[in-house]
Amino acid sequence: MIEAGAVLGEQVFYLDRALLKQYADASGDQNPIHQNEEFAISVGLPNVIAHGMLTMALVGKYVSDFAGGSAQVREFSARFIKPVIVPAGQRVDLTVTATVSEVLDDRIALSLTATSGGIKVLGMAKAVVRR
Amino acid sequence: MLSPDSVGRTFPGTDPIIVSQADIDAFCAVIGDTDTTIAPPTFTIRATLAQFEEILTRPEVGLDWSRLVHGDQKFEIFTPVKAGDEFFCTATIESYRVAAGNEIVSVRSDLHKGSELAVSAWSTLVVRA
Repeated sequence: MIEAGAVLGEQVFYLDRALLKQYADASGDQNPIHQNEEFAISVGLPNVIAHGMLTMALVGKYVSDFAGGSAQVREFSARFIKPVIVPAGQRVDLTVTATVSEVLDDRIALSLTATSGGIKVLGMAKAVVRR
Repeated sequence: MLSPDSVGRTFPGTDPIIVSQADIDAFCAVIGDTDTTIAPPTFTIRATLAQFEEILTRPEVGLDWSRLVHGDQKFEIFTPVKAGDEFFCTATIESYRVAAGNEIVSVRSDLHKGSELAVSAWSTLVVRA
């Protein structure tokens, strides 16, 4: 019996340059800030950054797993507050946790937390899933 | 700068979008999802962002896509998305403001399957000064 306030298990995803390239190809978002270090630095970024929507897609995987499949996900939203920085040759973490914020007859609302290197990267991340 | 006339208007996408199993498979592979029968919840961004770019950069709308940052994103999924689905898209410019030289545009994209609304997606896009 799931109740409001319950804290769900942590899941850690890992991102590297190869995953960013794979997401660029899968999503069609070929913006060079997600692949080309020289370009990213030239526009004032610290290094190559992950697509915000890749971060959100990984958190979406966490939500789908909790819900029992993507078909159960009704709403999903997030604010991109800090970039996930992905230096060459490194694997960086995306650590996801959630708290159950509301339980109704037909749905469960989650409040999600996503950090990378201990820094919160998404704000106001929420999902509503069918139960 | 965005044309003030475009705020509040709804623009139709040019072509219908047909979801392929190969596209779902590629998206699922990135996030490690082994169930490819239903598209992941953020999958339709592939269609909606391309649509936004085409619409918002039309001369009568006039957004500068090259300095764009994604501020936030929301999806409401009324019907799960699967291979073979054919969507007709619209983009509505819901609000527009300028803060510290940055242009902040809120756009809603609706994906209709026939007469039924399947997915609504809201994006806040920021054009950096």
